[in-house]
Amino acid sequence: MKIYDTLIIGSGPAGLAAAVYASRAMLDFAVIEQAAVSGGQMMNTSEIDNYPGFASADGFSLSAKMREHAESLGAGFITDHIQEVKRQEQNFLLIGEQGEYLTKTVIAASGARHRKLGVAGEDRLAGKGVSYCATCDGAFFRGRTVAVVGGGNTAAEDALYLANLCEKVYLVHRRDNLRAGRALAERVLNNPKIQPVWNSQVLEIDGENRVERILLNTEEELILDGVFIAVGVRPNSEWIPSTVSKDEGGFIKADETGVTSVPGFFAAGDLRTKKLRQIITAASDGANAVASVEHFLQIRR
Amino acid sequence: MLNVTVDTFEKEVLQSELPVVVDFWATWCGPCKMFGPILEDFAKSAEGKVKVCKVDIDEQMPLARQYDIMSVPTVLVFKNGMLVNSSVGVITKAQLAELADVAL
Repeated sequence: MKIYDTLIIGSGPAGLAAAVYASRAMLDFAVIEQAAVSGGQMMNTSEIDNYPGFASADGFSLSAKMREHAESLGAGFITDHIQEVKRQEQNFLLIGEQGEYLTKTVIAASGARHRKLGVAGEDRLAGKGVSYCATCDGAFFRGRTVAVVGGGNTAAEDALYLANLCEKVYLVHRRDNLRAGRALAERVLNNPKIQPVWNSQVLEIDGENRVERILLNTEEELILDGVFIAVGVRPNSEWIPSTVSKDEGGFIKADETGVTSVPGFFAAGDLRTKKLRQIITAASDGANAVASVEHFLQIRR
Repeated sequence: MLNVTVDTFEKEVLQSELPVVVDFWATWCGPCKMFGPILEDFAKSAEGKVKVCKVDIDEQMPLARQYDIMSVPTVLVFKNGMLVNSSVGVITKAQLAELADVAL
């Protein structure tokens, strides 16, 4: 079996930046992705205002540009879903649904996905008014009343996006101020269609065949048609070997070098422990991880 | 992949001899773009056993309304004209196969 210098798992901004850097470092590598379309969570974003050089990109175009960039430098892409990683002498054996791959190093960049609220009615009414993607499902709530749950950047962006379509947007947050960046938070607070509901947690999402109301811990009840949940992310780390140290949330313990507790196994992007999960910090991680791979391969040689 | 419309839904889906997987999607939906290749891949591997088609919800609003679609992508599975299974959001090829299994 062929032995790669490195395999990059995931094709969001971290994986695609790693692909660009790995091409330029002339490593023998490939990107393994679950679907033959890149972007990860960028695909859920309608408007990206904070990636330098792209004043108002949408997630799909920015993803496509990053992928084209990697492809133009010769990066190869494999569609597969990695299930397990095993040690084989000095190398890693990656076991996917479609095949097996042998590599000297791994760059884990499989990112994160939305977290659930974990309240009654959430699963039952998913797709019936409960949504995790404002840009996907907002259009179904044109002229209606919805709530966004959360207080971070995603919640703020979702609330603003929905305010363009909906009659009214409640922003339900457990604290009394937003965690979102200041410019974004101010736009939210100044938007007449957005009504913040502070110091409140959702206890239940209710409705017969579709969402009709949510019940809050303040005993308040909001009558509405949709609930958009933006309460952070959880890592896609199910495939990561148990020898790689993780924090209690399942994020891989690593600093910006991407070095983990297992030599030769690196982490980049939303998957690792970090303060700020943004496209630019993910891209930065991809570059750093390749530098770490190069360093590792040099020492091992 | 077969694009089904309000006019062809009855014939292509409800009266199909094979079980039918229908993907309700939209051009402006990022995850739908991601799901497209997965669906095509599944369609190839299930050829002769399951029919796979797509409905563009903007062009076929009445169909989206009829099936109460409030999220894209949504996958519905039909057998003998009856809705037998459904799923919301991007799923893997294996999950898609599992979803269609009910109709086999």
